[in-house]
Order: sequence, then C-alpha cells, then structure tokens
Amino acid sequence: MRKLLGLALAAPLLLGQAKPVLVPDVSQREIEIAYSFTGADLLLFGAILHAGGSERRAGEPPADIVVVVKGPTESVLVREKQKVAGIWVNADRTRYRSAPSFYAIASSRPIRKIVDARTRAIYELGLDSLQLSPASGAVPAVQARFDAGLVDLKKRSGLYYEAPRAVEITDDVLYRARVNIPARVPVGKFTAETFLIRDGRVLAAAVRDIDIRKSGFERWIARAAERSSFLYGLAAVALSVLLGWAAGAIWRRF
Amino acid sequence: MDLYLPIASLSVNALVIVLLGLGVGLLSGMFGVGGGFLTTPLLIVYGIPPTVAAASSASQVTGASVSGVFAHLRRDGVDLHMGAVLIAGGVLGSVVGAVLFRLLQSTGQIDTVIAILYVVMLGAIGGLMLSESWSAIRASRSGAPPRARRRRHHPMVAALPLRWRFYRSGLYISPLAPLLLGFATGILTVLLGVGGGFILIPAMLYLLGMPARVVVGTSLFQILFVSAAATMMHALTTKAVDIVLAALLLLGSVVGAQLGARFAQQAKPEYLRLALAVMVLLVAVRIFLGLVWRPDEIFTVELA
Repeated sequence: MRKLLGLALAAPLLLGQAKPVLVPDVSQREIEIAYSFTGADLLLFGAILHAGGSERRAGEPPADIVVVVKGPTESVLVREKQKVAGIWVNADRTRYRSAPSFYAIASSRPIRKIVDARTRAIYELGLDSLQLSPASGAVPAVQARFDAGLVDLKKRSGLYYEAPRAVEITDDVLYRARVNIPARVPVGKFTAETFLIRDGRVLAAAVRDIDIRKSGFERWIARAAERSSFLYGLAAVALSVLLGWAAGAIWRRF
Repeated sequence: MDLYLPIASLSVNALVIVLLGLGVGLLSGMFGVGGGFLTTPLLIVYGIPPTVAAASSASQVTGASVSGVFAHLRRDGVDLHMGAVLIAGGVLGSVVGAVLFRLLQSTGQIDTVIAILYVVMLGAIGGLMLSESWSAIRASRSGAPPRARRRRHHPMVAALPLRWRFYRSGLYISPLAPLLLGFATGILTVLLGVGGGFILIPAMLYLLGMPARVVVGTSLFQILFVSAAATMMHALTTKAVDIVLAALLLLGSVVGAQLGARFAQQAKPEYLRLALAVMVLLVAVRIFLGLVWRPDEIFTVELA
C-alpha cells in the first residue's frame, strides 16, 4: 500500500523524467504441484509507462523487454568422463557453489543484439553469462569446458533455455511473454525478473517472486519420507508385500 | 496418463511404468530372478534419477518375489532351511556392501565399478548357462537318453567343515557354503541395486548342487527378505524410495509374476535356462558397449 502511495506521489516526477517506468506482473505467484502436474505455463506481462505519456517520443528507439525466470540455486558437483585404458570413467570434477536449478530467459530480440557482454554479465542475461561460482581453482580453459558441459546438460533436460523473440510488445506499451516451467523443476522460491532495456542500457528492472511447492498428497508423501523415514520404509515394504500377496490370492481364484 | 512422482520430482506416464513392471514381473516369475537388473537401468533410461530408480525398484522386487514365493510354496518348491541360511548371509553382506558403496561413491567411481561388475558377472554366468542349457537341449533333441545331471556339489563346498542336512534339497553340506553365497549376493544387492537372483540361481545349481525344482523358489525366498531390507535401508539413508513409483511398478509386476510362474510350469526347464542365458548375455553386452563407446553424456551433475 505504501509502495503504491509512493509510486502515486512520485508519478509526476517519474513522468517528468526521460526514463520509462516498468509495471510488471506474473500470472501465478504460487504454483502448486499435485498428482497431475506436467509443468506450468507462466505468463509474464505488464506495461511500459513512457515519459510524458503512453506514446514513446518521436526519434526514440523502441525499448526491449527481457524476462528472466530463475529457480533456487543449488550446489552441484560436475564430473567429466574420459577414456582411460579403453573404458570411459569419471576422471575430472568441478564443484559449483550456486548454479541456478532453473533458468529461462525470454526477450523481444536476441539478447546479444540488445546488450553488450559486460551488461549481460552484470545482470546474468543469457546462458553464457551465468554466475556459477565454481569452488575449485581450475585453469580458465578447463573451467570453461565444465561450464559449457553443465549448461549443455541442463539445456537438454529443459531446465535452462533461451527464448529470443518470445516477448511480444504491443504498441510499445504492453508486453507479454510465456515461460514454460517443466515438471522436473525442484520446488522452492523462483524469481521472475523483468528488464526494460534501450540503447544497451537497463532503464528499469523489477522482480516478482514465484513460489513453487508440492501440495496435498504429494507434499504429504515427500514430508513423510523426510521426517518419519522408518515408518515410510515400513509402509513401502508393507505395500509391496500386500500387493504381491493380493495378486497371488486373487489369481488363484481364476 | 501423466502422474507426478513426489520423491523423484517429475511426472511420468503411468501406463509405461505399469507395463515395465508387467514385463519384469513376467521374467521374475518365470526365472526366479528379481528383475532388478532390468528395472533399474530401464527406469534410468526413462529419466528417473538413479538413486530413486535403485531404491524404488528394490521395493518392486519385493512385491514380485512375494507372489512368486507363495506360488512356489504351494508347489513345495522352497527350501526354507536353506533360505534362512542364505538370508543370514545376505543381511551381513548388505551391511558390508553399504560401506563399500559409500567408499566408491565418494571417489566418483561407483558407476564404473557397477558397470564392470555387471559385465564380468553377467558375462560369466550367462556364458556358463548358455553352454550348459544348449548341450542339454541338443542331448534331448538327438533322442539320446538325457545324461543324468551330476547332482553333486562343487569339491570346494565339500571341503568346508561342519555339515547340515538340507532335507528339501536332499543335500548334506556345510551351512558355510550357502552363508558365503548369501553374503556375496548381499553385497551385490546393495552395490548393484539388484536382488541377486541371476547369481544365486546358477550358484545353487552348479556350486551347491541343489535340485532344479527348489532352486527358483528358494532364491525368490531369499530375494524377498534381502530386497525388503534394502528398501528399508534406502528409506532410512538415501530417502529416495518413491512410493508412487513403487506402487505403479508393483501393479504391473505382481500380475506379471503370476503369469510367469504359470509359464514356468509348462515350459521345459532347459529352454527356460537358455532364454535366461541369452537375456543375461544381452544385458552384459549392452553394458559393455556403454563402457567402451563414447557415452552420450560426458558430464554428469549431482547435488553436492
């Protein structure tokens, strides 16, 4: 409420400036994972408030919108296989302290055409600009090989992707983008960042949190496995013995 | 029909998993193998994380062997005495296996060790069974009176001290032999995530010299208890048992196991052994190729 009030008070000032303002939103603040969850389509939309009115001023180049959806970061160990004595074995490894578990970037134009490498690195825009924070002090060439390996693996499992031109901008004012969240994402706090970029400079940025969690039966099972693992194990064994016995008993009647 | 697995954290086609269970259950009922050596790799190919696959297929093995054990008990095909000794060895072996597993896991070589173990063991056992069953089939085809199988245990078994009578098997041997056998399969159960039937059955036939009619039932009996222990261990340590995945696999496999037990009664045992030998060898070849061919994934990611 206070934020809104502040925005309202600041509105004349903001409008007076040359910088446009971003008003973003997401279709879902919470995603509940239930038994039929096969992934979710997240709609990210909003408006660009241009200085001095809803129209962009003549002579001004059109602005670009970039949307980044990130999953909770996780610490991972990446191993690399090499051929040793005729067979492929895990030979080398690198630890990353904070690789995002999910990363999707949607933009109105290919990201490399919108901003330069430095800006991409600052805002983590694009798969080649992720801050993975490797924990081992390997030589840069080896490090780059591991980075590429990790990103490639995540990309092919659908957990990392770039969607250039996935953001639609209508009349330079309204924008919308669809980001698919696959079923195999981990649960946790996700963030949806929206960037308004013109002339290679980030003019405005906004973040929205998205909470992805298991619900109902799925949540109950996951909790039981974690908290009362002995009972859970007993239940699993009992279930298998019971089903096996029941099948035998039923079968014998026919 | 898509279903979300709460522990594996991904959604699968329920029908595919049930059919997979059915196929594996069929084999387990027919041959007395738990089927873990097929379920675990197939689940991993389908995209289930390896730990969840191994942990959940252990409970599927339990279910498939329960119905098999009941079926064989009615046919008087279980040597409970021998089974008890095997289980005792199996429980001891699984403890040692768990220690080995952790050691290999920390060095990152567990996958390679598993693959090499599979190739060596499946190759050796498959080859042995293939040649044995082939000569048995040729003997029966040529009309010659089937050479009486030497129902004798291996000389090494005879050399062991202390002897017990195993009436159902008609054996008078040292209990140390089945105890050691159970111990070895216990280690393998934890390391490879399999019931160990494909090791137990040939060893019972060719090392202990047990009669074929009790071999399948007794091995299922041992697998039942050792796989239940493995499920418990996974639930307590890795917490990777997905009860929904296990239930889907079980639905298929318990039905398959019943069907398989019926087939086994009708089929000729030497043909069954030939079929099992071919299957075991195929799996061995596939894993061997996986070791020497350039793998699809050079990099692997694990949470640390």
